[in-house]
Amino acid sequence: MANVLTRTADNVATWVNDRAPGMMPFYRKHMSEYYAPKNFNLWYYFGSLALIALVNQIVTGIWLTMNYKPSAAEAFASIEYIMRDVEWGWLIRYMHSTGASAFFIVVYLHMFRGLMYGSYQKPRELVWILGMLIYLVLMAEAFMGYVLPWGQMSFWGAKVIISLFGAIPWIGGALTEWIMGDYLPSDITLNRFFALHVIALPLVLLLLVVLHLGALHEVGSNNPDGVEIKKGPKGNRWSSLAPADGIPFHPYYTVKDMVGLGFFLMICAFIIFFEPTVGGWFLEHDNYVEANRLVTPEHIKPVWYYTPYYAMLRVVPHKLSGVLVMFGAIAVLFLVPWLDRSPVRSHRYKGLLTKLMLGLLAVCFIWLGKIGSGPGTDPVETIIGRVLTFLYFMFFITMPIWTRLDKTRPVPERVTTHD
Amino acid sequence: MADDSVNLGRRRFLTATTAVVGGAGALVAAVPFIKAWNPSAKAKLAGQPIRADISKIRPGEQLQFEWRGQPILVISRTPEALAALPTIKDKLRDPDSENSDQQPSYAKNENRSIKPEILVLVGICTHLGCAPKYYPELEPQAFDSEWKGGFFCPCHKSRFDLAGRVFQGVPAPTNLVVPPYRFIDDGLIEIGVDTQGAA
Repeated sequence: MANVLTRTADNVATWVNDRAPGMMPFYRKHMSEYYAPKNFNLWYYFGSLALIALVNQIVTGIWLTMNYKPSAAEAFASIEYIMRDVEWGWLIRYMHSTGASAFFIVVYLHMFRGLMYGSYQKPRELVWILGMLIYLVLMAEAFMGYVLPWGQMSFWGAKVIISLFGAIPWIGGALTEWIMGDYLPSDITLNRFFALHVIALPLVLLLLVVLHLGALHEVGSNNPDGVEIKKGPKGNRWSSLAPADGIPFHPYYTVKDMVGLGFFLMICAFIIFFEPTVGGWFLEHDNYVEANRLVTPEHIKPVWYYTPYYAMLRVVPHKLSGVLVMFGAIAVLFLVPWLDRSPVRSHRYKGLLTKLMLGLLAVCFIWLGKIGSGPGTDPVETIIGRVLTFLYFMFFITMPIWTRLDKTRPVPERVTTHD
Repeated sequence: MADDSVNLGRRRFLTATTAVVGGAGALVAAVPFIKAWNPSAKAKLAGQPIRADISKIRPGEQLQFEWRGQPILVISRTPEALAALPTIKDKLRDPDSENSDQQPSYAKNENRSIKPEILVLVGICTHLGCAPKYYPELEPQAFDSEWKGGFFCPCHKSRFDLAGRVFQGVPAPTNLVVPPYRFIDDGLIEIGVDTQGAA
């Protein structure tokens, strides 16, 4: 019996291979013969976790659309319907809303990993740029998703964010009307954001993820030592031509990533089951009140993953300048591969200066995030916010200088391991 | 046909013209997709300018209309009220209407209006969107012993003068909004459109 089964499986495999001979080479190139450096540490979980988070958003999102009504009159009630009346609807919806925040946590850690180990340096500039495009599309995707429940923060958040485009000289007013299809966020706006959120942007996101991985697999993964394993000695247990410090992605890293995934899912499950709003950080309390265009919430603020940029917008006293600073803060990230002039990739072989600067960037980002989530009425906080915004930009603007000034240590020929 | 030589010049010309024509076609084809995002005829109809008959308004009175889902207040100010406007300047947050988001350029003046006595406002408090109440009398009020007429918001005690200018020390951050409007004749105004075109 087992014999018949294996023979049938073999026959099917042969049949498919005869007709699609490129499939096995594709699998080998990207999985079983993709040689990744053997010294990946904890920071290297976040790439695969981001992929899992994306899959979670797509699957739960499809299920949400089965009951969600994309109209201003019905959207809010349909969310409550999902939460109360649809069997397990609450779980699917919380998996989607918690998933969005988890996605951003993972992506921010993934980006910081890139900064720590210089993963954007030549020849991985394209990987970095495609990753930044993913981040950009992800922010648009999350923003439109947050509008869909049509709660107070959906409406007023949309109003504030769309009005940012109104700051653009000459075309601003017409542009905001074009985005909304109306004179204020309305049924029309909600309906089109739904289309963009569930069809257009996910398609773009998936395409960019494929390109991001494709570009990565062309040049190979960086590692915590910043050692280019392709330039090192050849020959490992699997191939005499493969880098000596590389191990096949499958099964070695697929199995390792499953351990990380286990921890990740435990944390997410805990949040979903016991504190799905995380005290208003993942889902704001104001969004449990239906949108009302005549009543403004006390503090309009975006979800936590936008607040660093929102803080920059608010501490700049001039509207257009504030918008430029905010978008500039994201745009400058694209330039990092050319701003870093250090001959060394990883912070492990750089000096104290690099570590201090990276710490400074993290402090700026988190503190600005805290300021952006507050009411923004404290003048002292505004001053602090301006200083932090200045320091954030100085990190990047002076990057060509401090990366050259910092002393480096020689990078070993082989990756270091701690076993 | 039997000739193997390739006319590279002609090939380049054909490639270039095909690319240009095709590119132009793609651009033109993009127009409907971009235009489809503009406010639809239904949205435009719902948001079109309104005409307000103010011929019967008497000094001190207030009329209310609705435009794009917002209450529009039209008040007629008495000469005494107008005379009082400059006297309270130092109590206001933005007495000279420097914040250009709050009124069209032709209402950036002492009275925040086209005709001195007629004031047109969006009746939504700039704090949390409540409806400010009209207190036209120039006499002491419970909320202000030196009241020179204006609007008082019952929700969070924001005060505005008879030009919709916000007082200092109240939660509302900005002056009340003056919508775009124009006079068709003395008794008829159009709200949502001005001499520079529709809003």
